[in-house]
Parts: sequence; structure tokens; C-alpha cells
Amino acid sequence: MERNLAHIALFAALIAVLGLVPKIDLAAGVPITAQSLGIMLCGTVLGARRGAFAVLLFLGLVAVGLPLLAGGRGGLGVFASPSVGFLLGFPVAAFIAGWIVENTSLPVGIAATAASVIGGIAVLYLFGITGISVMLGKTWAEATVISFAYLPGDVLKAVLAGVVTQGIARMRPGALLSRA
Amino acid sequence: MLTLTSPVDTTFHRLPAGPKLLALCVVTAGLFWLDGVPATGAALAGALALVATGGRAFLRHAVAMLRPLLPFVVIVGVWHLVTDDLARGAVILLRLATAMLLANLVTMTTRLSDMIEVLTRLAAPLRHLGVPPRSLALLLALTVRFIPHLSDRTAQIGESWRARSARRPGWRVMVPVTLAALDDAEQVAQALQARGGAG
Repeated sequence: MERNLAHIALFAALIAVLGLVPKIDLAAGVPITAQSLGIMLCGTVLGARRGAFAVLLFLGLVAVGLPLLAGGRGGLGVFASPSVGFLLGFPVAAFIAGWIVENTSLPVGIAATAASVIGGIAVLYLFGITGISVMLGKTWAEATVISFAYLPGDVLKAVLAGVVTQGIARMRPGALLSRA
Repeated sequence: MLTLTSPVDTTFHRLPAGPKLLALCVVTAGLFWLDGVPATGAALAGALALVATGGRAFLRHAVAMLRPLLPFVVIVGVWHLVTDDLARGAVILLRLATAMLLANLVTMTTRLSDMIEVLTRLAAPLRHLGVPPRSLALLLALTVRFIPHLSDRTAQIGESWRARSARRPGWRVMVPVTLAALDDAEQVAQALQARGGAG
């Protein structure tokens, strides 16, 4: 119980910190905020349930008015913005990513990358695109075009989530709760 | 840590948080029924008038918080210019700006502690799923406490990278940062257990 609570709280904090980091230059000068990497790691490292709870806790803190989203955004206003679909998709993305790592026997790095692509990109975009289409009154196809600007960065982050998860599996096998 | 509550005192600060949030839900849902530029324009004007009662600095801060909407203004603007349906685009943007302005108004005029109280009350039914309300309060407090700590650790890890390497710390610091979060979690868990547990 205490262990679960502590991990949920610390990973909610990790998502916030990754949003505060101004930007990490992933590849030559591609500035990307690392926040969605945090969402992926919640799933791939903590597993489905704990990961989803950590993301929900993070969103709760954003909703009550802490400026924790990338770029110092926060408060209830962000839930009325066109990107609300991505926010609502975050916990589901973490859950799916975690579920995949928990329920496959692939090597952990490959499993975590695949999980991040499926959960952190496919499922997340499903929510995000639906949100944009509703909030901006666009058809689903039109909203998809708008969202594709983020795709290259998110693919990089999915690979990175796999690398980080594998690094943890090697250095602290016992700490990787999704495979414990 | 910084919160989004405005230091400018307004009449909205004195309203209780629960009813304010309920009113926000009702009004936001109502906004999506409005159609036409006159109706949505009037809604935005009304919202601006409400915010303006807080004074000029308050209004400026509230308008600045709409900045994340800018890229969408450009996208929707260009889109409807091309499709030759500017009125439709204007309605969408006016509605969005009103909804965000009002939501931010609630955030800017409600203390963090009051918001957390409402959140805890809303989460009370979760105890049927085995999540005691007390643990939610503990989770919120732990997270708020550990954000600055983890932020400092991240900066330290970046600095020690720079001390060893001429290259800039890139994605490689992510593994030690995540490990730091995991190690902290283990220590917090032990500390909680040593103090009689969290249940």
C-alpha cells in the first residue's frame, strides 16, 4: 500500500518535472517538451493501474490550479481548450502502455517501445484528435491533419521511453514494477 | 510553489469553491448550445466584463492566460479563410475563448486549499473502489512536496553531466532522473511504513 502510494506520487511529480524542464534537445535542435515521455514512463515502469493513477493525480493537480503542464499552463482553462482530448487520453495511454508491458513476454526494451507507440501515440491520438474535432468543429480527418505536427516528436519519445525502461530493468530490475 | 490563484482580491475570491465550480460546469455546457456570431460574441463580452470587475491588472493576467489558444486561432482562421466560412470559424473561437476565460476566472479566484477540498470531496465515492479519501490527501501533499525536490535532482544530474562531458546533457539524463524518482519512492514508502503506514 505505502509502496504503491509513494510510487504514484513520485511519478506524478516526475511528469510535472519533465514539463518544467525547458526543453530537452532530443536530436539536433529539435526542441520537444518531455511531458508525454513522463506519461509513457508511468505506464511502462509502474504498470497499468499505478501508472494510470499517477497520471490522474497529475491531472488533478493541474485542474486545481497548479501550472504543471508544459509551458507553465494549468488551471481549469486547459480542460476547455482544444487540446483537452490529449489530457483526457493521458491516463488511458499510460494504462494501455502499462498493460502491454505487463502482459507480453518480449524483451523489456522492445515491449516498452511498442507499448509507448500503441498507448502513448495510437490511443492518445485517438483521444486528442477526437477532442480537436469536437472543440474546433472539424471532421475527424481534418483534425488528424492538425495533430500530425506532433507525431515526429512523439515517435522519438516512444523510442526513448523504451530505452529508459530498459536502462532501469538493467540497473534496478526490482524497481521495474510493470515486470515485477 | 507558484499557483495560478491571483493575488488581486476580487469579489469572486469570496464565493465558495463548490458553487463556483458547479456554475462553471453549467455555463460551459450552455456555451456549446449557443450559435451565431452575435450570441457567442455577447457571451465573450459578458465573460470579459465579469473578469474586468477585478481591475486592470487582473484582466490583463486573465487575457494572458488565453495565449495557448493562439496557434488554434491561426489554424482555424486560415482554415475558414480557405473554406470561405469565416462566421463558422469565429463562432468556434469565440466559444472557446469564453469557456477558457471563465474556467481561468474560477482558477484565479479560488485558493489551492479550497480546490483540493472540493477534489477530495468529489473523490470520496472512490472509497468503494478501495481508495480511502485520506490517501488522496496524502498523495496530493506528497506530489506537491516532491516536485521541487525532483526538479532540483534533475538540475543536479544535468550539472554533473556537464562536469564530465563537453557535450550537452541530452536524453541520457532521463535514466538517472527516472531512477531518482524510483529511489525516492522506495524511501518514502519505508518512511511511511516506519510511521505506522498510510492506511
